[in-house]
Amino acid sequence: MAKVKLNVNGKDHEVELVDDQHPLLWVLRDELGLVGTKFGCGMAQCGACTVHLNGSPTRSCSVPAIAAVGQKITTIEGLAQNGVLTAVQKAWIDHDVPQCGYCQAGQIMSASALLREKKNPTDADIDSYMQGNLCRCGTYLRIRTAIKSAAKALNGSAS
Amino acid sequence: MNSVINTENEYYPPAILEQIALMERESQGSAPVTGPVSRRNFMKVSAGAGGGLVLAFGLGLGEKADAQQAPGPGGPRPGGAPAAPQPINTNAYVRIAPDGRITLVSKNPEIGQGIKTAFGIIMAEELDAKWSDVTIEQAPIDSATYGQQFAGGSTSIPSAYNTLRNAGAAARAMLVAAAAKQWDVPESEITTSESVVRHAASNRSLTYGALATAAAALPAPTTAQVKVKDRKDWKLMGKRISGFDNPALVTGKPLFGVDVQLPNMKVAVYEKCPAVGGKVASANLDEIRKLPGVVDAFILEGNGQVAALMPGVAIVANNTWAALSAKKKLKVTWDETNASKDSWTALTAFAKEAAAKGAGLQELKKVGDVDAAFQGAKTVEAFYTFGFVSHATLEPQNTTAWYQKDPAGDKLEIWGSVQIPDSARTAAANVVGLAAGERRNFPNATLHQMRIGGGFGRRINNEYAVEAAAISKQAGGVPVKLMYTREDDLTHDFYRAGGFQALKGAVDEKGKLTAWAGHVISFNDGFAAAPPGGRQPGGVQGGGWPSPNEFPAEYTPNYRLTQTLTPIKTPCGPWRAPGSNTAAWVVQSFMHELSTAAKRDHAEFLLEVFGQKQAPVVAPGGFGGGGGGGLIPERAVATIKAVVERSGWGKPLPKGHFQGLAFHFSHQGHFAEVAEVSVDSKKKVTLHKMTVVGDIGPIVNMSSAENQVQGAVIDAFSTLALEVNIENGRIKEQNFDTYKLARMPIAPVVDVHFLDTTYPPTGLGEPALPPAGPAICNAIYAATRERIRTLPITRQGFSIA
Ligand code: FES
Ligand code: FES
Repeated sequence: MAKVKLNVNGKDHEVELVDDQHPLLWVLRDELGLVGTKFGCGMAQCGACTVHLNGSPTRSCSVPAIAAVGQKITTIEGLAQNGVLTAVQKAWIDHDVPQCGYCQAGQIMSASALLREKKNPTDADIDSYMQGNLCRCGTYLRIRTAIKSAAKALNGSAS
Repeated sequence: MNSVINTENEYYPPAILEQIALMERESQGSAPVTGPVSRRNFMKVSAGAGGGLVLAFGLGLGEKADAQQAPGPGGPRPGGAPAAPQPINTNAYVRIAPDGRITLVSKNPEIGQGIKTAFGIIMAEELDAKWSDVTIEQAPIDSATYGQQFAGGSTSIPSAYNTLRNAGAAARAMLVAAAAKQWDVPESEITTSESVVRHAASNRSLTYGALATAAAALPAPTTAQVKVKDRKDWKLMGKRISGFDNPALVTGKPLFGVDVQLPNMKVAVYEKCPAVGGKVASANLDEIRKLPGVVDAFILEGNGQVAALMPGVAIVANNTWAALSAKKKLKVTWDETNASKDSWTALTAFAKEAAAKGAGLQELKKVGDVDAAFQGAKTVEAFYTFGFVSHATLEPQNTTAWYQKDPAGDKLEIWGSVQIPDSARTAAANVVGLAAGERRNFPNATLHQMRIGGGFGRRINNEYAVEAAAISKQAGGVPVKLMYTREDDLTHDFYRAGGFQALKGAVDEKGKLTAWAGHVISFNDGFAAAPPGGRQPGGVQGGGWPSPNEFPAEYTPNYRLTQTLTPIKTPCGPWRAPGSNTAAWVVQSFMHELSTAAKRDHAEFLLEVFGQKQAPVVAPGGFGGGGGGGLIPERAVATIKAVVERSGWGKPLPKGHFQGLAFHFSHQGHFAEVAEVSVDSKKKVTLHKMTVVGDIGPIVNMSSAENQVQGAVIDAFSTLALEVNIENGRIKEQNFDTYKLARMPIAPVVDVHFLDTTYPPTGLGEPALPPAGPAICNAIYAATRERIRTLPITRQGFSIA
């Protein structure tokens, strides 16, 4: 199958696809070695594979890589700039959110998108935005807290 | 009636049972900590490469005997004769580099229970290390030097606590000794804190890094010479400390088994019969081999053991997508002659018939005379049913294996997210036919322990590791990552066994519990008997009762527990607080039925029951969950009283809110919990709040401890509404669209409180979970007057989302 060019975390990559259904998730993980994006279900049910396409959260297991051509793809590895963590990543560490940690890349990608859309999300906003991301370990309470604390940090730094 | 307890129904594999037995021998369950106790009886110190200090422990003789009995297929089982003294191996626990970096080694797998950070904290506390100087490393998997290395049974903390304290304290003592020598002052005048040694009188100080090389030249202290801190001097223990791997997790660093990538690695998928036990009759292999990216496709016959290698079709491809898309085109005809025909409908019918007969076929425990006590008393009868559930770890099962041909003896290398790494290693090595070596230790097989994306007991069984090894060998010795799809993972689990229990209880005219009769209806292994010396071919564990002494066996003047088992083939295994997670639901729900019949306040009723212990503590059984040797009534009473206080039990609640209370002891943890729920007209249950009071002895990391409890409550609530349906040996739920794990909106407020006690610490992966389910069900009863006697609650028309 044809080679395509993908822009991931600000860099262009040429990758060869198995077929035109080849999901972005497996291109990121297998071809580019960006294994921070996780596989959990393969059918847009768990959110572990969430990445940003032009800034909007997308389940990379259910998007063919060819559909991402020409878009800016951001993965968990591309959030921190020059080693400086984002407010969301910092909040995740400060509130010790992870248990096993497997869902957390997807949670952080969703949370980062939420905070771009809504500066001060309520509990209800958070619940409804984040419900596509499963956490089998049940870290939901801490995710809520961390999102609010990141919101505070972001709003503080903006003013 | 025969009184043999079915031992096939053990709910943990030998490695964990052995550790539990060891700890029981050591702790006797109830002794408060008074000082350091360790079977590791000598320490060894050496210089690191490039200077610095390396502190290692020689395995004590007792521990060495354990290592010899490491489990494996056909390997020695626990309970053998004590081993003769053996040469002693050493292992590094603490390393201090001349530049001041401190490396602490965590010997057990990290499954999300926070053990890596906890082990680091215990050592760093005694070492008086500055936390930011500390790096924590996963130890190599080597039971000959580290002893048992596994995550299961909430045993990591209680089994390693004293060793790790001694490791930290010994290293500190050596740094002090080195400074005393250098400054020529008495050790007693020297203090330490934050990785610095000080002599106040002369106003001198040196960093640990500066002293490390000199300390390494001194003789190591004996364990008896090492003094651990008083609790009042703790600086790190009990504080909230963020997980050591968090920075790597939030930036997407490769940590998990699924993240492993090797040069020339292929990706494999493995299709097994949807009904366990089926064989491949034929498959369209030629067609599959021609698909893009596929390098090979073949049939594995397997060895007939469910926990090792069952028959199936392997597809090996250049990358994951090539493998997954080829799997969709795979057509297999199965020979189901010997396959599971299990049916939940049929099992339920069997159970109801068995229950109608009164007592079960085997008697597990008898105290007093229940039949006489039931005469003329106020009695309650009930039949409880709970379905099968899956572990559904978010990281699907996977393993990378590399079988390497070598004229000097073939080798096997495994990278795995496994809870009992040595079992995985030896099982895989055995199936691919590596040279067994001494004590079946398979010296040519290595396992690299990876972080685990959720365990919950699933990765105590390691068939995926065996499959990966067999596929790598058959594919000609290329490194292969075996990936389970979510569908593979949900339909080929070692499920939390469903089960049934018929109960009858009595209260006297004062409303006091006088008699309790339980008839457990559960499962044993439906595959043929084990070959001599071999393991059961099937994987049925976890269906039965935690222990004959499980509460309320010793708290009821008249008590009888019987059991009827029927064979199934569906693999079952340990699932977070195995045995306990369903026993607690049955016992604590029925206890509430009795207090309700007696028109008593449930907290008072429960406290009264714990006040009427019938016999002194007898047979062990405490760590695994049984109420026998471990449950301490005073601790139960204290947690119940505290949860009553904190939850506002019996006080006015917001309109439409109702409370339920439950207690359970397992894994050395005493937990009392109060659920506050409301139920709407469509029978949707909202859990507003769970108040949890636990006594697990001292807390190592408060942040992680609270996280575990919050997670346990959410897991328990989620699981009340979950089941896997089994018909004709097949599992119906294939992915998260039908196996609907709870999502964020259901997460309640969880108020966690730990009693400050001096009992030995225990692990927290499990014991907070069991009482949460019955507390919620008791609250549902309070709200609706409808008793939940069937799980999932959806079978009674309730929902949680
Ligand atoms: S793997 Fe994409 S949503 Fe689950
Ligand atoms: S932390 Fe384990 S799945 Fe979320």
